[in-house]
This record gives sequence, structure tokens and C-alpha cells, in this order.
Amino acid sequence: MTFSINPLIDLQQMFQYQFMQHAFEAGTVVAIIAGIVGYFVVLRRSSFAAHALSHIGFSGAAAAVLVGVSPVYGLLLFTSVGGLGIAMLGRRAANRDVEIGIVLALMLGLGVLFLSLYTGYATEAYSILFGEILGVSFSNVLLTLIAGVIVIVFISFVYRPLLFASLDEDVAEAKGLPVVLLGIIFMLLVAVATSFAVQVVGVLLIFSLMVTPAATAQLLAKRPGRVIIISTVIALIATWLGLFIGFFEPYPVSFFITTIVFFFYLFVRFITPRIKNFVLVSEYET
Amino acid sequence: MSTQYEIITSKNLVAGYPGKIVWRDASLSINRGEFVAVIGPNGAGKTTLFRLLLGLQQPVSGTIKIFGAAPKRGNPQISYVPQRHIFDSDANVESLELVRLGFSGKKWGLGLFSHEDRKAALDVLEDVGATDFAHRSLGVLSGGELQRIFLAEALVSKPTLLLLDEPLSNLDMRRERELLQLINSVVRSRNVTVLLIAHNINPLLPYLDKVIYIANGKVATGTPKEVLTSASLSALFGVQVEVLQDSRGNIAVVGIEDCHGCRTE
Repeated sequence: MTFSINPLIDLQQMFQYQFMQHAFEAGTVVAIIAGIVGYFVVLRRSSFAAHALSHIGFSGAAAAVLVGVSPVYGLLLFTSVGGLGIAMLGRRAANRDVEIGIVLALMLGLGVLFLSLYTGYATEAYSILFGEILGVSFSNVLLTLIAGVIVIVFISFVYRPLLFASLDEDVAEAKGLPVVLLGIIFMLLVAVATSFAVQVVGVLLIFSLMVTPAATAQLLAKRPGRVIIISTVIALIATWLGLFIGFFEPYPVSFFITTIVFFFYLFVRFITPRIKNFVLVSEYET
Repeated sequence: MSTQYEIITSKNLVAGYPGKIVWRDASLSINRGEFVAVIGPNGAGKTTLFRLLLGLQQPVSGTIKIFGAAPKRGNPQISYVPQRHIFDSDANVESLELVRLGFSGKKWGLGLFSHEDRKAALDVLEDVGATDFAHRSLGVLSGGELQRIFLAEALVSKPTLLLLDEPLSNLDMRRERELLQLINSVVRSRNVTVLLIAHNINPLLPYLDKVIYIANGKVATGTPKEVLTSASLSALFGVQVEVLQDSRGNIAVVGIEDCHGCRTE
């Protein structure tokens, strides 16, 4: 398929296909929850934990394929257990790199075993590792939507205590907030967000939705509410644009998404300060 | 004169863990509105005292009462500023947001339309002279500016007891004096009791009502005149020490390796 001159016609053509509708529906929900949860991942410096969770999820997905259920169930189970484990490790999970890394390697190894035991298509491994949003089923779209609603309701409920505990843990603890419980809730939210984001970008490219948009947004704003909105918008634009291009071009959608968020980051990191600087200097001169 | 009623009392308090006692036999009596310095060598157990007051740690034996009851974690009348010199994150977060959380961080739910905390935060930021950098990112503030933000974060919930863990370390002498003057005016105007952990007592002397001196596993407490004497500190350290005083009232403790009167940092 090729692009026409009129993007509206392209959109119309694209949405004639049910698999593209499903991809957009699931992709939209995933981008929103990844954009929101990603802010707390960046704020708490837990990107390594998020990375580890997705790899732990890999073995879960492979196990699910082996027993013949949708990979997302295996992902949910394994990442939740892994998330609980990391949260239990203690207040500063970020300082537990070695322990987390050791478990991560074991889980990847298990994943390889499960996949080798599975005698079906080799493409399963590929789609777990790099995402296959174009093949998402209607039941998975529904499941993604339910998960999205649960994540948003939970975040709304714990928003301020979680923000406080992420930013100033010692004071939050002295004030009587349940910081360990908040840590567990946070890791479970990361587990759910990761499990569904794997459908879109896969285990290996999870950072492109869970970390890059939030890290970029943080360069643009200082107020948590705004950062979360910008982060979500970046994740949404990248997902939509990636799907749109991926429909017409014969390359993987996850490649487009990772590239788009990367250029967002590059632009904000290196070009925006210069523009600001230029504006300030010209204001000063006039 | 503030209304004098006791807010912290303890009898024969022993702190630490069974098998490893940090200090023993502390009998404290701190009144409302007092400015109290907590002094002692590194590792003497100054922060341990704060943890006891906050209910984060239990006494090994003895009693401690705060506002007439045993310490309980999350007492809204107490605010705590832990020891830190830089912000524990290079996250780009507006300083005002941290102060707002001091007010509303315990509230569950989104509360999108509540700006009560913003108003309270801006008011207290003005009181501590931090309005100029209230909208700057925490990561770019200097040590002295950060301490003002932390003070605002602690004060915004209108506590009656303020626990400050080494707020003066890492500040130069001028900033140190400015921050002390500010803390002193806060104590007096709001009738708040402050316990302040410090390394060097001299800059604090003009403001202090009481001193808690922790050393050698023991605790001496009373007014500066009572505690900072050769006799009292010799008893505390268990060796003969001498308290010397210069013409401006600054003191130096001679005879111990870790010289607290001296400015060694």
C-alpha cells in the first residue's frame, strides 16, 4: 500500500481494516497508561526496574504461548510477581541493580527454554520481543481497555501520596504515609503498563513508551501534572504516527514508534534550549 | 513569653536496639516554643532521638511522651526535615510543588480542583523568604535556598514541633547565620518548638533555650549555661574536659578529640 496525496483518504483507507481499528484502540490506551506511569518511573529513577520487569514478562509470555493462552496473561502474572519482588527488596529498588539483573538473566533464560519447547511458529518469539500491534485481537483490545481504566483509577487515587513518596520519601514516611505499600502499588502499576505496552513495542523496546516520552516531557515542564500530560501526548503521537506509517510502509510499527520518540527527545534536548536562548537573547537586544 | 507547657518529656529513656544501646538515661523536658540544639559527635545518636520522637523507632526502655502521649508515626503536629544537602533526584520539579505536597501529600484522590495547598504553599514560601525561587526547579537551587524550601515544606502543615536534622551543614557562615535568624523568627512568631541537630553550637548560642548534648552513650540536657560547663561535659564524656569561652561568648571544648566548639569543617 502507498500513501496518496490526501492524508484523509489515507486515514479512511486505513480504518477500513478491522485490524487497524483494533491496533489504534489498543495503541491509544497503551500510550496513555505508559505516558502516565512512565512519569513515576522516571521520577523514582526506576527505569532499570521497568526494564527488568519487561524481561521477566518475556518468560511469562513465552510460558503462556507454550500452554496455549494469550501472551498477555503470562506477562501480567510474571510482571506482577516480579514487581512485588522488586518492591519487597526495599526502599531503593534502584540500588538493587545486581540482584534484579541476576533474576532478569534467569527469566530470559527460562523464556528461551519455553520458546524452544513450543513447536509452533517462530514468529511468536519475534512478536513478544519487538511487538506486534497489528495482530491484536478484539478480546485483547477489551482487556487493554479494562487495564487502562484500572490503572488510571488507581493512579488518580494514589496520585498525591505516590508523588510525595517518590519525591521525598523520608518526609512522607515520617508523615505516616505507607511508603512500602505505595512502592508495591507503583511496581504493580508498572507491571500492568508494561504487560500491555509489550503488545505494541515488545519486551526489548519497552523504554520507547515507558521512559522516553516521560523523560522528554520532564525537559519541557516542571509541574508534575503538566509533565504527565506532555508525556502522554508524546506517547500518543508516536503511537498513532507509527501505526499510520506502518500501515503504508512494509516496516515494523515498533521501529517507527521508537524512532519518533527518539527524535522527540533529541529535538527537545538539543534544539529547544537553543530556541529559548535565541528568544531570550533577541528580547534582551531589543 | 510563650505559654510554658511541656510537649516532650522522657524518663530514663534508652535508645538503640536490644544488644546495641546507642545512649541511655535521657530525661528530657522540652516546652512549647523552645529553640533546642541537639549537639554531639558523629554517630552519637542524634538522629536516633528524632526517630524516637517520630515513632519510627521504639525505645529500648524508659518512657517518652510527646504531647502527652507515646510517639506515633504520622503525628500531624510534628514536621521533620531530614539531613540532605542536595535534592535526591535530578528530576526537574518545581520547588512550589514540593511545598504543596507538604500540605496535601497525605490526601488520597486526585482533587483536581483544589488549590488550597497552592495558596498555603505560596504564603509560607513568602514567610521564609523563598518567593523568588519558588518556581525554580529543585535541582538548580543552592544549599541555602533548598533549606528554605524544606523549611517551607515542613511549616506549611502548621506543626507545633519542628525537627531539623543538620540544616546548617554545607552552608557558608553568612548563609548559616541567615538561616538561623529565619528559623529563630519562625520559632518565636509561630510559637513552634524546634529541635535542631548541629555540629557546631556557637552560631546557635544567641538563640537557644535548651541544649541536648549527646555523647559517649549518655545525654545531658538543660539550658546552655547548665550543660556547657566543664563539670557537666566532663561527666558526659567521662574524661576531664574544659569549656573555654572567648570574648564574644563562643565556646570551645578542650580535651576531646572531636572538638565541637571548633570549626573544623
